[in-house]
Amino acid sequence: MQFLEKTKKSIFSLIILILLIISFFVFKSALQKEKIYFPKMSENQIFTDFEVVELIEEKQINFNKVLFGKNFYLINIWSSWCEPCKDESDKLLELKNGTSIMMIGINYKDKKKNALNFLELYGDPFDQIFIDKQGTISINFGAYGVPETFLVNEDKKVLKKYIGPLNDEDVNEIKNITDN
Amino acid sequence: MIISQLGYYSLIFGLLTSIFIFFNSSIHLKKNNSVISDKLFGLIGFQFLFVFISFISLIYSFIISDFSNETVYNNSHTTKPLFYKITGTWGNHEGSLLLWLLVLTGVLLGFILKSRNEPNNYRLLTTLFQQIIVIGFFIFVLKTSNPFNEIFPVQTEGLGLNPILQDPALGIHPPILYLGYVGTSIIFSAALASMISNYVNKSWAKNIKFWILFSWIFLTGGILLGSIWAYYELGWGGFWFWDPVENVSLMPWLSLTALLHCIVTLEKRELLKKWTIVLCIITFALSMVGTFLVRSGILNSVHTFANDPSRGIYILTFLLFLVLLSFVIFIIFENKNFTQKSEIFILSKETAVLINNWFILYFLSVVLIGTIYPIFLDVILDEQISVGPPFYNKLILPFLIPFVLFMSIGPSMRWIKTNFKIGVKSFLAIVFTLILSFITVYYIGEKNIFVILLFVGFFYLLFKSLDQFREKTKNLAQIFSHTGFSLLLISILLNSFSSKEIVKNIRVGESFTLKNEKIIFKKISVEKEKNYESIIGFFDVLDEKNKIINLQPEIRIYNEPEMATSEASIKTTLFKDRFITINIIKDQNFFNVRYQHKPFMIWIWISTLIIMIGGIFAIFRKNKEVNI
Repeated sequence: MQFLEKTKKSIFSLIILILLIISFFVFKSALQKEKIYFPKMSENQIFTDFEVVELIEEKQINFNKVLFGKNFYLINIWSSWCEPCKDESDKLLELKNGTSIMMIGINYKDKKKNALNFLELYGDPFDQIFIDKQGTISINFGAYGVPETFLVNEDKKVLKKYIGPLNDEDVNEIKNITDN
Repeated sequence: MIISQLGYYSLIFGLLTSIFIFFNSSIHLKKNNSVISDKLFGLIGFQFLFVFISFISLIYSFIISDFSNETVYNNSHTTKPLFYKITGTWGNHEGSLLLWLLVLTGVLLGFILKSRNEPNNYRLLTTLFQQIIVIGFFIFVLKTSNPFNEIFPVQTEGLGLNPILQDPALGIHPPILYLGYVGTSIIFSAALASMISNYVNKSWAKNIKFWILFSWIFLTGGILLGSIWAYYELGWGGFWFWDPVENVSLMPWLSLTALLHCIVTLEKRELLKKWTIVLCIITFALSMVGTFLVRSGILNSVHTFANDPSRGIYILTFLLFLVLLSFVIFIIFENKNFTQKSEIFILSKETAVLINNWFILYFLSVVLIGTIYPIFLDVILDEQISVGPPFYNKLILPFLIPFVLFMSIGPSMRWIKTNFKIGVKSFLAIVFTLILSFITVYYIGEKNIFVILLFVGFFYLLFKSLDQFREKTKNLAQIFSHTGFSLLLISILLNSFSSKEIVKNIRVGESFTLKNEKIIFKKISVEKEKNYESIIGFFDVLDEKNKIINLQPEIRIYNEPEMATSEASIKTTLFKDRFITINIIKDQNFFNVRYQHKPFMIWIWISTLIIMIGGIFAIFRKNKEVNI
């Protein structure tokens, strides 16, 4: 009798234990699954197969089509509320006027009105600007925050990645790479 | 700036104190010296003080809009009214976890102060276990959710508090809810402590009953405030949506309610020891599960919270650790504690409590499955589903009928053994119940036999509970809670069966009708407030007696962050609420108007308050040998 009781008890405990551990792993994988975005970059190649919305005309376009027909693209993640972005703006203008790189702006977690104001005040260095209201597009690129700049070639390969505002050295480096 | 620093260092000192208390209490356990222990308990006061200073610093940073603090920057704005600057402190992930810590250390302090006459070992062990939880949360706050992070360069303006959270009921909802929610931690710690120190007996039950009631009352209040907020702010006219975030507050409530009944049985009869301990553990585990589900961002919900996988994994691992810890302790100390001496007779209050527990546990599992099943399904089969009210209605409603019948009979049972007699009085009560139920059902025009049975059950419970007011040795705590509960069920049922609504797109000057009422859209006006602009619609409602009732629903457009919310206009009477909301339709002169009759709404709030009053009676009740 007592033996039976004991086996019953240990089987019961074992079941509870297994259930607990299964739940733990299910929750753990659920955590990584839902609503959490990871950079989808592979071998330095940028992930581009997603839709983006243009800032001014609010037209939707596949990002693949944006990166087309040029040798170099500079993707800059910026926002009107970001202080360092203001310092960075003349560097970007310099690049726009001095090179043939296609300048793409990603407007990060911003409001249209503020973004347009910002461009008017500090100049618009971009050929095209897309909005990233939720910040998910920037995560796709593997960005950590604002400002962040990616130099991408025609194969969508990331040649250089700059975290934080660009400085004169960075500008020269970009110029050197794209001139050759 | 400096205040924010003070808060941060105060937290670190708090953590150090915790670690110190943890090691010291384990050393004292061996020595069992009560003088040294008193010093140790003094340290608990300091620990609370450190967290308190930290909490006050955060509030202060919010009040002065110190935007060098990241939490303040993300969740506040200079144009916000003072009240919402303060409530913004806990209206976000970091701040609310600091509140967790505050309550966690606060209840331990309260416990130590209230348990002076308890065995030293039991107090030390409770401190030890509570410190494990406290340390876990200290590290969690400091590592993943530091409320005192600085941002550089200092910003001049904050991002603002989600406008949907700018509501008085929701402002005080988190502190009240947390007192209940986190209060269960001390029950958990004390349960483990009582097992190890071989103290699971009547005196322990008496000691811990206060904390069970304390958590239960605040949890009830917190849920009530949350429902009121949902009703007024979300603008749908509902008060309970079976939303996962609501469910995670209901689950600990259910298991606390079961525990509440068990602990009294343990106090009077030294029965159900094992079960009581299990419930203590389950209750806190459910609180932790809730915190995990809400704070990890694993759920899609109307409540918006930050999501960050590292936070989720931390809480999940910590939760597993605590559950395994209690599991191991339970298995090791099981045989030492739970030798059952007394016998249970079938017709006794003990049986009634057991039946009550089984029902509550069933309801609990339904809610638990409904809440986590979608997560499991998504992970295992990659399928997305959402579990809605029909699931809960189907699984819960039928079982409510036998549940309330047992609930009606249970309280008149005696401890040990009852001799049951069916007198003229109980026969009359049944007849009266039947008549009243049929009248009600006829009045709301519902012919479903199932609905009739629900009403019969609920009314019977109401009469039986009210009937006990006449008894000589009456237990006001139980009478109030049970009366409140039956009123709540009746109000919810009436509310869901006879709510009426009409949705129309109309222009200013037009009107529509609902039943015998005519609703006229008089005019629109735009007003500017401190942190929002509001569009107010003026409506006149002509009721059956041609009396005019004014309703003024609003659309508020907040500036920081930019967002529109719909403010319902509600006129409450004893029998029904008139509820109206408006919405803008793009590029037209039309407004989308939604007008509803919500019968007996006020009774849902009142009856929940009555349930709480019952709990308060139980706290102040002198310990006489009477029925529960």
